[in-house]
Amino acid sequence: MDYRDSHEERAFRARFRAWLAENNPGLPASSTDDAYWQRQAEWHTALYRAGFFGLSWPKRYGGHELPTVFDVILDEEVARASAPPRPSLGYLVQGLTRHANDIIKDRFLPGLISGQERWCQGFSEPDAGSDLAALRTTAILDGDEYVIDGHKIWTSYSDVADWCFLLARTDATVAKHKGLTAFAVPMNQAAIEQRPLKMINGITTEFGQVMFDGARVPAANMLGDPGEGWRVAMTIVSHEREPGELGYQARYAKTVKELEKKVAAAPESFRNDVRESVAWAYVQTEMLRLHVCRRLSERLDGVDHGPGGSIDKLLMTWTEQSVGAAAVAVAGSSAITDSENVELKTYLYSRAQSVMGGTSQIQKNIIAGRILGMA
Amino acid sequence: MDTRDTPEQAELRRSARQLAANLGVRSVGDLDDLDRRARLAAAITDAGWLELRDDSGDGSPLASAVEAAIVADALANAVADAAFLGPLLAKDLARRAGLELPVATTLAFNPRLDGPGTATGSATSATAEAVYAVDARGAAEALVLIDEGKGLHLGSITLGSLAETDRGNDLTRAVLTIPTGTAVRPLAGSGEISSADLVQLQALGLALTCADLVGGMRGVIDVSVEYVKERRQYGVAVGSFQAVQHLLAEAHVLMEGSLSVSLHAAWAVDALEPSAALVAARIAKTYCARAARTINETAVQVHGGIGNTWECIVHVYLRRALLSSLLFGDDAAQLNALADDRLGVH
Ligand SMILES: Cc1cc2nc3c(=O)[nH]c(=O)nc-3n(C[C@H](O)[C@H](O)[C@H](O)COP(=O)(O)OP(=O)(O)OC[C@H]3O[C@@H](n4cnc5c(N)ncnc54)[C@H](O)[C@@H]3O)c2cc1C
Repeated sequence: MDYRDSHEERAFRARFRAWLAENNPGLPASSTDDAYWQRQAEWHTALYRAGFFGLSWPKRYGGHELPTVFDVILDEEVARASAPPRPSLGYLVQGLTRHANDIIKDRFLPGLISGQERWCQGFSEPDAGSDLAALRTTAILDGDEYVIDGHKIWTSYSDVADWCFLLARTDATVAKHKGLTAFAVPMNQAAIEQRPLKMINGITTEFGQVMFDGARVPAANMLGDPGEGWRVAMTIVSHEREPGELGYQARYAKTVKELEKKVAAAPESFRNDVRESVAWAYVQTEMLRLHVCRRLSERLDGVDHGPGGSIDKLLMTWTEQSVGAAAVAVAGSSAITDSENVELKTYLYSRAQSVMGGTSQIQKNIIAGRILGMA
Repeated sequence: MDTRDTPEQAELRRSARQLAANLGVRSVGDLDDLDRRARLAAAITDAGWLELRDDSGDGSPLASAVEAAIVADALANAVADAAFLGPLLAKDLARRAGLELPVATTLAFNPRLDGPGTATGSATSATAEAVYAVDARGAAEALVLIDEGKGLHLGSITLGSLAETDRGNDLTRAVLTIPTGTAVRPLAGSGEISSADLVQLQALGLALTCADLVGGMRGVIDVSVEYVKERRQYGVAVGSFQAVQHLLAEAHVLMEGSLSVSLHAAWAVDALEPSAALVAARIAKTYCARAARTINETAVQVHGGIGNTWECIVHVYLRRALLSSLLFGDDAAQLNALADDRLGVH
C-alpha cells in the first residue's frame, strides 16, 4: 500500500503542473456559469493538444494508455491550481470501446477524444427516466438508414453536440429491455430540434430537450448490435457513476478552497456551524479523492466494479451536496439578497447530483439488490 | 500510487479475519465464555500482533501502522474481547522512550479520552491525575506521561486491585477508572517524549481507532443484512421493504467511504511528516466516527424490538464504536481542529 507517486507519476505530475501554470484558462465553475460551457471546447482542445487528455485510453484513438491512476494525479493538479476540471466523457468512450465494431471505433473515438466532435447522450425521455427501458423513441429501418421519431429530455450539452449517442426502440415486439438499440445520430439535420432548458440555478447550457421528427441515421452508425442497446446503456451509466471517470472532485476541491478563503479572510464573522459545514465539505472532498485512489488502484487488477459504481456515485453525490450546503451556509443572507450570488448557484446545482446518472434511490436499489442480496 | 495491500498485507488480513471469526464474539452469550476469551487473547499474543510497534532495532517499529490497522479492523469486525489497541499503543510509546515493557501494559488516557493520561512529579515519584486505563483486560500496568516540568517521560501505574473496579461500558474492552493521586512509578531510563512523538502517537491512535470503527461497521452491517433476510413480516422478509433496503444500502456506502479514508490514515502515520499524518488521521476520524454512529443506529433500527434488548449483539458493536470514537478525540473534536487549521482560529 503506497499513496506516493512512482517515478513516472512524479514526472508526469511535474510536467502537468508546469504546463498548467502557463495554460490555466481560469474559467468559472461549470456548475454556476454559462461562460464555462462557452469555452469548454477550447479547454478540451488545449488539454488534448498538450497530451493531457484521455490518459488511460488507447493510443490508436488519441489516448496515452497510461494506468487510470494518472487521472487522479491530473485531477489533483487541476484542483491545486483551481483550473477547470477535465471534460467528462469517459463513459461514452467506454461505451464505444466496449460495444462498437472497429470501423465505428476508428470513425468516432478520435474525434470524441480530441474534442473535434462533440457528443450528447440521448437516453432519458419525459416518460422514461428511472425506468429507462420504458423509452418510446423509435428507430425504423428504411433502406440503409434508420428513421428516428421521439422526444429526449435532460440531454446534457445537446445545444453544442455534433453527435447524439441515442438509445431507441428498434423492436416493439420483444420484452422492453430487449428491443433497444444504440446509434450515433448526426445532430445537424432539420428533423432534429434542440430546445435548451433553464436549470434551477439559472444556467442555460447544461441540458435541453431534443425532438426527433423523422431524423435519419445510417444503419452503419449502429453502436453495438441490434437489441444490444440496454447493455450498451448500462455500460455507459455504470461508468457515468464513477467519480474516477468524471473527475468531478477537482470541481469540489476548487469550490471548497474558495469557501475556505472567504471564511479565513474574516474568521470572526462566521458562526461555528458555518465553519463546521466548510470543514465537513473539505473532509468529504478528501474522502472522495482517497476513495477514487482506492478504486483506481483496484482496477490495476483489472477488477470491473459493476454495481460498485453505485457506491461511488452515492459518495460523490454526498460530497457534492455537502459542498453545496457549505456554500449556501457561507453565503448567509446574501444567498437570497444578491441575485448574482455564486454560492446559491453552487448549492442549487448540487441538488441535481442525486438525480443525474440515475437517482440516489435507484443507486440504493442496486446496492441493496445486487451487492447486499436483499432484493 | 498503488493503494492495494501488498501480498503480505493481504495474507495478514486473511489470517486476522480468520482468527477473529473463529475466536471472536458472535452472540452476547459468547461474552461469558471465558475459555474462548482466554484462547482469543493467547492467539493474539502468539501471532505477535501486540509487538507490531516494537523496536525493530533502529528505533523504527517492526511493522507499519497499516499492518496494525489490518489487525484492528479484523478484531473489531468480530467485536473481539481481548486487548489489542491499548497494549499496542503502550508499546509504541515505550519504543519512543527507548524502553521495553517487561509486563503486560496498556495505555492510560486523560478524562476526555482524547490523549494519554498524565501525572505530575519527579523522576523518582509521581501521582496521577484522574486517568482511565483503556483496554485493560489482562494488563498488569498502564502507562502515563509524567510531566516533570522539563519534558515528558513515561511512568507506569500498577493496576492490581483496580482490576476489580468499574470496567466501563464497552463490553469488549475494559476501561478502568484510576483515581487522582494514585501512585505512578517513573520508569527508569525513560527517554523524553517529544511533541513530535505525541503528534505521531495521536495520528497512530486515530488511524487505529478508525480501523476499529470500520471493522465494526462491516460486522454490524453483516449481522443486520442477515437478520432482515430472515425476519418475516406481512408474509415476506423485512429486507424486501425498500425503506429497510435503503437504510442498509446507505450504511454500506458509508462503510466503503470510511474504509477509503482509514486506509490512507494508517498509511500516512509512518509515511508522512507527523503534522500531515495528523491531518490525514483527523479527516479519517471525522468521517469514520460520524459514519459509525449512523450505521450502528441503523443496525438497531432494522432489528426492531429485539435490537433494543441486551440479548441482541448490535449494542455490543454500538458500545465499542462509542469508545473508539472518543479515543484520541471524536468527530466533533477533529472537525473543529481541522476548521481551526484551515479557516483560522475563531
Ligand atoms: C443535470 C442533469 C443532467 C442530465 N443529463 C442527462 C443526459 O445527458 N442524458 C440523459 O439521457 N439523461 C440525463 N439526465 C436525466 C437523468 O438520468 C434522469 O433525470 C434520472 O434518471 C431520473 O429520471 P426522471 O427525471 O424521469 O425521474 P423519475 O424516474 O420520474 O423519478 C422521480 C422520483 O421518483 C424516484 N423513483 C423512481 N423510481 C423509483 C424506484 N424504483 N424506487 C425508488 N424511487 C424511485 C426517483 O428517485 C425520484 O426521486 C440528466 C439529469 C439531470 C438532472
